[in-house]
Amino acid sequence: MALLRLLRTYLRPYYPLLAGVAIFQIGSTGAALFLPALNADIIDQGVTLGDTGYITQTGIMMLAAALAQITGTAAAVYFGARTAMGLGRDLRAAVFTHVGTFSRREMGQFGAPTLITRCTNDLGQVQMVVLMACTMMASAPIMLTGGVIMAVREDATLSWLLLVTVPAMVGGLRFILVKMIPAFRVMQPRIDQVNKTLREQITGIRVVRAFVREAQECARFDQANRMLTEVALQVGRWMAAMFPVIILVLNISVVAVSLKSALRVDGGLMQLGSLTAFMAYLVQSLVAVMLATFMLMMVPRALVAADRITEVLDTHSSVAPPATPVTDLPRPGTVTLSQVDFSYPGANRAVLDNINIEVEPGQTVAVIGSTGAGKTTLLSLVPRLFDVTGGHVEVGGVDIRQLSPEILWERIGLVPQQSYLFSGTVASNLRHGKPDATDDELWTALETAQARNFVEAMPQGLDTPIAQGGTTVSGGQRQRLAIARVVVRQPEIYLFDDAFSALDLATEAQLRRALEPQTHDAAVLVVAQRVSSIMDADQIVVLDDGRIVGHGTHQQLQTGCNTYQEIVRSQFAEGEVA
Amino acid sequence: MNDSARSSGRLKQTERVKADSLGPSAMIAQQAIRFVPSARRMLQQLGPERPKLAAVVGLALASMALTAAAPIILARATDLVFAGVFGRQFPAGLTRDDAIASLRADGSATADMVAAMEHLVPGQGVDLSAVALVLLLALGVYVTSGLLSWLQGYLLNEVVQATVRRLRNEVEAKIHRLPLAYFDRQPRGELLSRVTNDIDNVAQSLSQTMSQSLTSLLTVLGIIGMMLWLSVSLAAIALIGIPISLAVTAFIMRRSQRYFVEQWRRTGALTARVEEAFTGHDLITVFGRRQEVNAAFDRENQDLFAAGFGAQFISGLIMPTMFFIGSVTYLALAVVGGLRVAGGTMSLGTVQALISYAGQLTHPLSQLASMMNLLQSGVASAERVFELLDAEEEAGNPAPLAASSRRGRVAFEEVTFSYVPDQPLIEDLSLVAEPGQTVAIVGPPGAGKTTLVNLIMRFYELRTGRITLDGVDVTSMPRGQLRGQIGMVLQDTWLFEGSIRDNIAYGRPDATDEEIRRASKAAFVDRFVGRLPERYDTVVTEDGNNLSAGERQLITIARAFVVNPTLLILDEATSSVDTRTELLLQQAMAALRSDRTSFVIAHRLSTIRNADLILMMQEGQIVEQGAHDALLAAGGPYAELYATQFQAALT
Repeated sequence: MALLRLLRTYLRPYYPLLAGVAIFQIGSTGAALFLPALNADIIDQGVTLGDTGYITQTGIMMLAAALAQITGTAAAVYFGARTAMGLGRDLRAAVFTHVGTFSRREMGQFGAPTLITRCTNDLGQVQMVVLMACTMMASAPIMLTGGVIMAVREDATLSWLLLVTVPAMVGGLRFILVKMIPAFRVMQPRIDQVNKTLREQITGIRVVRAFVREAQECARFDQANRMLTEVALQVGRWMAAMFPVIILVLNISVVAVSLKSALRVDGGLMQLGSLTAFMAYLVQSLVAVMLATFMLMMVPRALVAADRITEVLDTHSSVAPPATPVTDLPRPGTVTLSQVDFSYPGANRAVLDNINIEVEPGQTVAVIGSTGAGKTTLLSLVPRLFDVTGGHVEVGGVDIRQLSPEILWERIGLVPQQSYLFSGTVASNLRHGKPDATDDELWTALETAQARNFVEAMPQGLDTPIAQGGTTVSGGQRQRLAIARVVVRQPEIYLFDDAFSALDLATEAQLRRALEPQTHDAAVLVVAQRVSSIMDADQIVVLDDGRIVGHGTHQQLQTGCNTYQEIVRSQFAEGEVA
Repeated sequence: MNDSARSSGRLKQTERVKADSLGPSAMIAQQAIRFVPSARRMLQQLGPERPKLAAVVGLALASMALTAAAPIILARATDLVFAGVFGRQFPAGLTRDDAIASLRADGSATADMVAAMEHLVPGQGVDLSAVALVLLLALGVYVTSGLLSWLQGYLLNEVVQATVRRLRNEVEAKIHRLPLAYFDRQPRGELLSRVTNDIDNVAQSLSQTMSQSLTSLLTVLGIIGMMLWLSVSLAAIALIGIPISLAVTAFIMRRSQRYFVEQWRRTGALTARVEEAFTGHDLITVFGRRQEVNAAFDRENQDLFAAGFGAQFISGLIMPTMFFIGSVTYLALAVVGGLRVAGGTMSLGTVQALISYAGQLTHPLSQLASMMNLLQSGVASAERVFELLDAEEEAGNPAPLAASSRRGRVAFEEVTFSYVPDQPLIEDLSLVAEPGQTVAIVGPPGAGKTTLVNLIMRFYELRTGRITLDGVDVTSMPRGQLRGQIGMVLQDTWLFEGSIRDNIAYGRPDATDEEIRRASKAAFVDRFVGRLPERYDTVVTEDGNNLSAGERQLITIARAFVVNPTLLILDEATSSVDTRTELLLQQAMAALRSDRTSFVIAHRLSTIRNADLILMMQEGQIVEQGAHDALLAAGGPYAELYATQFQAALT
C-alpha cells in the first residue's frame, strides 16, 4: 500500500517524536481509565456510605489523575502535531525537489496542474490523516484495551456484554464503511475535476470572455460540481448513519447492563458504584471504536492521495545524470548534433530523423522550417530537456549524457518560444541566470536586448514589479527581457527559440546587431520564422517534417533548396522588395 | 455588534491595502482575526436551506430530549433496585415508616437515605417486573432517539452539501464577474489555492463539524436543562464550569485562529510558488536555478510548517482543557451530591443521574472542542473565500440592447487608459474604423497595441472618454453582447482540455461538422490533424504538450473563424506559425476580413500595406493614421518605420 510505504520512509526521522506520542497517549489514556474506577469508589465507598472524608480524599486522587490526563494529552498533541506537520513539510519538499529533477518528458507526462495539486492538496490529505492518527486515533486502541480490561476487572461476569457489544459495533461500522469506501474512491477524481475546471477557466479567462462563454463555462462547472455533490451526498448519508448506530448500540448495552445488574445487585453480588464504573468503561471502549471510525473515514481519501504522490515519487527522470560526470570541456563554445533521432514515447512517427549540425564558437546556425517540423524539439535536446533516442549531442566536445548537468546548463543561455518571466522585479528576473550580476551589467544587457529605454521609462526602473508569467508587460517587452536575461549570463551557447517573433523588424535588426559582439566566442543556435532574421547566419538548416532538407548559407540554399526557396518566396513575394 | 463593526472596518482597510499594492506581503500585518463574523457568515451560507435546517433542529431537539430523558428512566430502575436491596433487609409486614424509625433507633447513618426511597416496601426484594418494564421503556426511547438522530443527520447532510455546492457555484460565477485586472494582480497559484484548497477545506470542515457540533451543542443544552430540573443547586455547580470552559476556549482560539489564518495564507503562497516553479520548469533547469528555487521553497515550506504546527498544537489544547474542567465539575458534583445523599436531602438515584449527566456533559463538550480545530481551519479558509466573493466586480452590466443592424463601425473618442493609476498608457486617443475596413496597428513593442484591442473587447474599463460600436457606447450594452459580435485571436494560445473539434467549436458549440471542417481547412489545422492518430478527436492536454506552439495557434485561428463575427481582432495571430503556412493563411484571413471590420496587429508588410487604415502608435498615442501610400508620402514616423523595418531588413 502506497500510504504505508510513504509513511515508513518519511516517518523515520520522527520515530522519537512518535515514541513520545505513544508514551504520553498511554499515560493520558491510563489516567483517563483510572477516572471511572475512582468515580466508582466515590459512589461505593463515599456516597453510599455517607463518608464525605473518603469522597474528598478520592477526589484529590481523581483530580491528580485528571491533571495527569490533560498533561499527557497536551504533550501527545505537541508531539503529534510536530510529527504530522513535519512529515507534511518533508514530503512536500521531497515531491517538490523530485519534480525538479524531471525532464520535460516527465513534466509533459503528468502535466503541471496535477503536479501542483499533488504537491499541495493531496499531500494535505496524508498530513491530515497522520495528524488525526497521532492526536485522536493513537488513544483509541489503548482506550479500547484498557477499557475492556478495567471493565472486566470491575465485574468479570458482566464482561460477556463486551463480547457482544464491541463486535456488534465493529460489524455495524464495517458494514457502513464497506458501503462508503467505493464512494470515496469516486469522490477524489471528481474533486480533481472540479479543481481542474476552475484552473482551466482562470488560465483561459481572456478566451472565455472573448468568446462570451461564461454561461457555458458555468454550466460546465455546475456539471462537475453536481457530480461531486452527488457522490458527497452518498458518502454523507452513510456517515449520517454511523453515529446513530454507534450511539444506539451503546445505549442498548447500557440498558442491558442495567437489567442484568439489577438482577445481580439484587443478589448482592455487585455494588452500585461498580455498575456505574462498568458502564463508564463500556462507554469509553465504544467511544474509542467511534474515534477510530472517525479516522477511518479520512483514510480512503488519504489512500488515493498517497497513490498519487507515490506515482510522482516513483517516476524517475528519463534524463539521468551520469555516474561519473565529465567536468572538462575540451572544445568550449561548440555544439554538435550527430545522427540525432528523436521520437516521443509511444509515438511511431519520429520527430527528428538523422540530424547533423555542428556549431563552432562565434558561429550562428539557424534552423528554419514549417510549423511542427521539430525545431523546438531540436533546441530542447541541447540543454538535455529530452534525451535523444538515437545518435548523440555534444557540447564542448563531450557527449552531454556524460556531462554533469550543472556544467552543461552553466554554459547555455536559452530564450524559449514562450517568454516566461517569474514574479518578482525586472532585476530579479535578469539576475536569474547570474545571481551576482551588478546593476551595470543588467543595464548593459538591457541595452543589448533593446530593452533599456522602456525599463528606464518605468517609474521604478529595475525594481519594477513583474507579475507571474510577465503579464504586466507587453509581449514584445517580455521577449526582450527574456533575451536580456540570457545576455546577463554570457553563456558559451545561445539558444534562441523563435525569440524575436514579437519584435518588429527594426527592433530585431538592432537587437541582432547589438548581440553580435556579445556572441563573439559563443555558439548560437537560432530557430526563426523570418528569413530576414537568419539570412546572415553562417549556416542555415532547413527542417521539414523532422528531416534536414537543406543545409548551407542563404545564397547556397536559395539556389539549391526548394523548401527554402518556398519559404523565401512566402516572405519576399510581395513585389516591392526584392 | 461593536465587534463586527470594528472588524468590517478592518476588512475595508485590508481591501484598500490590497488595491494599492501589487504584492500580497503588504497584507500580512493587516491580517485581522475575524473568527466570529466569519463563522457567522459561514453559517449564513446555510440560509437558503432554512426549512430543512428547521427540520434538522427539530429532529435534533426531539432526539436529544429522548436521550436526555433516558437516564431519568434508568434512574427509576436504579431506585427500584436500590429500594429492593434495602427493603429486603426489613422483615415483611413492617411499614416504610416503621423501617425508617428502626434504622434511626439503631443510629444507622443510612436512615436518612432510606427515608428518601419512595419505592421501598419492607420485606420485599427487587420488583423485577417493574424494573424490566422501565428498562423496556428506556430501550424504546433509545431506539426512537437513534432513528430521529439518523434522520437529522440525513437531512443535515443534504443541507451541507447543497450549501457547499452553492458556495462553489458562487465562486465560479464570481470568477466570471471579476475584472481582468483582478487576475493580473493575483499570482495564479494563490487564486487557485483559494478556489480549490480553501473551498475544499470549507466543505470538509462543514460536513464534518456541522452535524457533530449541532448534536453536541443541543446535547449540552439538554443536559443542562435536565440537571436544572433535577436540582437547581447541584446544576449550578456544573453550570459554573460552562462559562469557564467558554472563556478558556475563547482564550485559546484567539491564539490559534491567527495561526490557522496564517496556515491557509501560507498554503496559498506556497501553491503560488509551486505553480510558478512547475510552469517555469525548463527555464529553472536550464538556468541552473534549481537550488535557489528549492531553497526558496524550503523557506516557505518551513513557514507553512510553523503556522500549521502552531494552529494544531494550540487548538489541540482545547480538548484536554475542557476535559479537565469536566472532571473538576464531576468531582464537585460527587462531593456535594455525596453529602446530600448522606444527609438524606436527595435520593441516590437523583445524584447518580446528576453525576451521569455531568459525565455525559464532558463528552459533547470535548467533542465540540475537538471539532474546534476543524472549525477554525474551515473558518480561516472561508474567510479567504469570502475575500474573493467580496472582491470588487466589473462595473454595471446594463440590459441587452435590441439588436440593430450590425455594421461594425468602431470609434474611440478621447480615450484615456492606464493599468496602473500613476502610469499613463493611452492618452486622449481618438480613431474611427468604418464598417468593413481593415485597420492595421503598428508600432514598437509596448506602444499599447494589445491594450488598444483589449479596450475594444472591454477587457478593461476606460479612465475617460468612450468607445462606440455603430454609434452605441459599448458601456451601455452587456459585455457579452459586445464580445459576441467580435471574433478574437489572442496572443495567448489557450486551449481547454478537450478534443480538437470541441476546441474549434468553442465560440459556437452549435457549429456543424461541415462548418468546423471548413474553418479547419482555412486555418490549416486540417493538415496537421491528418497526421494525428485520432484526428479531430485528439485530446488537447492542458499544457498542450502534444501540439507545437504553431499548431496551437492555428487551432485558435480556426476557433475565431467558426464564430463568424461582425468585428475581427487578430493580435499577432500568426507569430508562431511558419511563414509558408502564414502566407496561405493570409489569404484565408483576407477572405474572412473582406466584409467585416478588422483590427490587426501584425508585423507582416502585406497585411499592413493592404489595410484600409494604418494606425501608427508610439507610447500610447496614435502618432499618425491613414492609408499606406498616403503615410509613405507624408514622410512621417510610419515612413521612417517602413524604411527601417521593411526595406532595410530585406536588402
